[in-house]
Amino acid sequence: MFTSGAELTYSYDGLYPGHIQTNTFQKALLAIGSGVAALQDPYRHDMVAVLGETTGHLALISLRERMKNDPEGYTILTERPRIRLSTLDLEKMASLPDGSFGREYLRFLEDNKVTPDSRVEVKFVDNEELAYIMLRYREVHDLLHTLLGMPTNMLGEVAVKWFEAAQTGLPMCALGAVLGPLRLNASRLQSLFTSLGPWALQNGRRARCVLSIFYERRWEQSLEDLRRELNIEPPPLTLSASNKRRT
Amino acid sequence: MAASVRLLVRRLVRLSHKSVTSSAATVSCRPGCCLGPSSSRCFSDAAEDRSTHFGFETVPEAEKAKRVYKVFENVAQKYDVMNDAMSLGVHRLWKDMLLHVMHPQPGARLLDVAGGTGDISFRFLDYVSYQQERRKRRAAGSSQTPSWQDISDKYPTDDRPQESRAVVCDINKEMLKMGKQRADSMGITSGLSWVVGDAEELPFDDDQFDIYTIAFGIRNVTHIDQTLQEALRVLKPGGRFMCLEFSKVTNPVLAKLYDAYSFQVIPVLGEVIAGDWKSYQYLVESIRKFPDQEEFKGMIEDAGFFCVRYFNFTGGVVALHSGFKL
Repeated sequence: MFTSGAELTYSYDGLYPGHIQTNTFQKALLAIGSGVAALQDPYRHDMVAVLGETTGHLALISLRERMKNDPEGYTILTERPRIRLSTLDLEKMASLPDGSFGREYLRFLEDNKVTPDSRVEVKFVDNEELAYIMLRYREVHDLLHTLLGMPTNMLGEVAVKWFEAAQTGLPMCALGAVLGPLRLNASRLQSLFTSLGPWALQNGRRARCVLSIFYERRWEQSLEDLRRELNIEPPPLTLSASNKRRT
Repeated sequence: MAASVRLLVRRLVRLSHKSVTSSAATVSCRPGCCLGPSSSRCFSDAAEDRSTHFGFETVPEAEKAKRVYKVFENVAQKYDVMNDAMSLGVHRLWKDMLLHVMHPQPGARLLDVAGGTGDISFRFLDYVSYQQERRKRRAAGSSQTPSWQDISDKYPTDDRPQESRAVVCDINKEMLKMGKQRADSMGITSGLSWVVGDAEELPFDDDQFDIYTIAFGIRNVTHIDQTLQEALRVLKPGGRFMCLEFSKVTNPVLAKLYDAYSFQVIPVLGEVIAGDWKSYQYLVESIRKFPDQEEFKGMIEDAGFFCVRYFNFTGGVVALHSGFKL
């Protein structure tokens, strides 16, 4: 069970709601199929998700170890918080001062016109705890955008992917990090390789494990402060949320 | 008149077999000829106690139709793409074979039940228009040097060409929507109509159609026998019932390969192409739950069809059953 509220109302097969049992052969097929589908249409988030789940077993295990060794991470693994519109107190967050993490997160959601509820559910991870970690990773992705100050256009997404690849070691992030730049034009490629990219990689390597932070209790904390705590430098370039397409 | 009396007698016999607990009042609520929507409600109390299969799951009968509806609602957008991917295009050959065996002539009226995206109906219209062309060509060829006698013979018969009509009937609105879009993009303007209806309770009068087809749909209905009864009812005397459906593979080696492919690969394809593993899991399970060729032949004969026979395609992966209403 990884919901903080009691929401299980139907019976399900498998280890958690939405779990589909698959053998190795099926996982391999899924990995290849979803990889091809995601390459053809990068906006198919469900295919990116499936690719991540079928290839990320080892990375998830190492993430779990890191979370267990961190006291706050351990709390997350036991309490299993979820970030969803229903669990966020939007009014309170809007009333927080500018520069606080909660206010900046809300600004990010509004500017980029996204919602925390658009995450695909986990289906092909065969361990209930690892499935929660995968889900947490997806839910934290938006918060990472806020922490790193990156918008949801292609360049911002690639920068976040570089950070995530360095941090988590998930093959799907690595693949996205390598193939994402193929879709950028020359000027953006230049800013990626000269400043954004190295910054993302360095910070990914030295930052604290981002999944181990109990964000839900830190809305009031100032963004600067949180960055310092996590060992993340502010971004070298300020990117704006413009001409992007996000489903 | 005799037809409706026969029908009434058959229904009374069925009633006495099925609803042991229903009172005499239910018998009187069946007027005879045209089925009103009230008639099947007489069975509704018994239906909730009975269960049936939904793939390998057991569900109450009343729930099966809803769940099947959901499945096809989810897959409608990618239905045709998935068919091509799963069967590697071979489903087109199966459907072509159905038309070949059917060999419809211009002027025929077809009812395509569970016709969904219209594959059979489009082929039917193509086939009859081709037959029509052939006839015209032959007629034109044979009248190269007509005598006055020939001309006068032909004079009144060259009236409007026989109008073939196809009616696509499906319970699922999403599937029909996709079919309509396809028809529009193919530029088909006449001879085709789209009707929402339940195969177990067709919204048509008796003795209406020359040919009744149900392609890959009958394994999804809750009561196969009721569907067959309805087919018998709406067909004209002399009309043909044709059912294309997945069936039992007899060759053991092929059967093993087919099983492995069905359960290992098809749900993966469903997830990657349509984003829906569970619907395609249901589809391959429902194939296993469907009766085999001989058993289904028996069911068709029980419904009252004559000269029932079946043809196996691709080693039994698909079977075409055909029967006549005489």
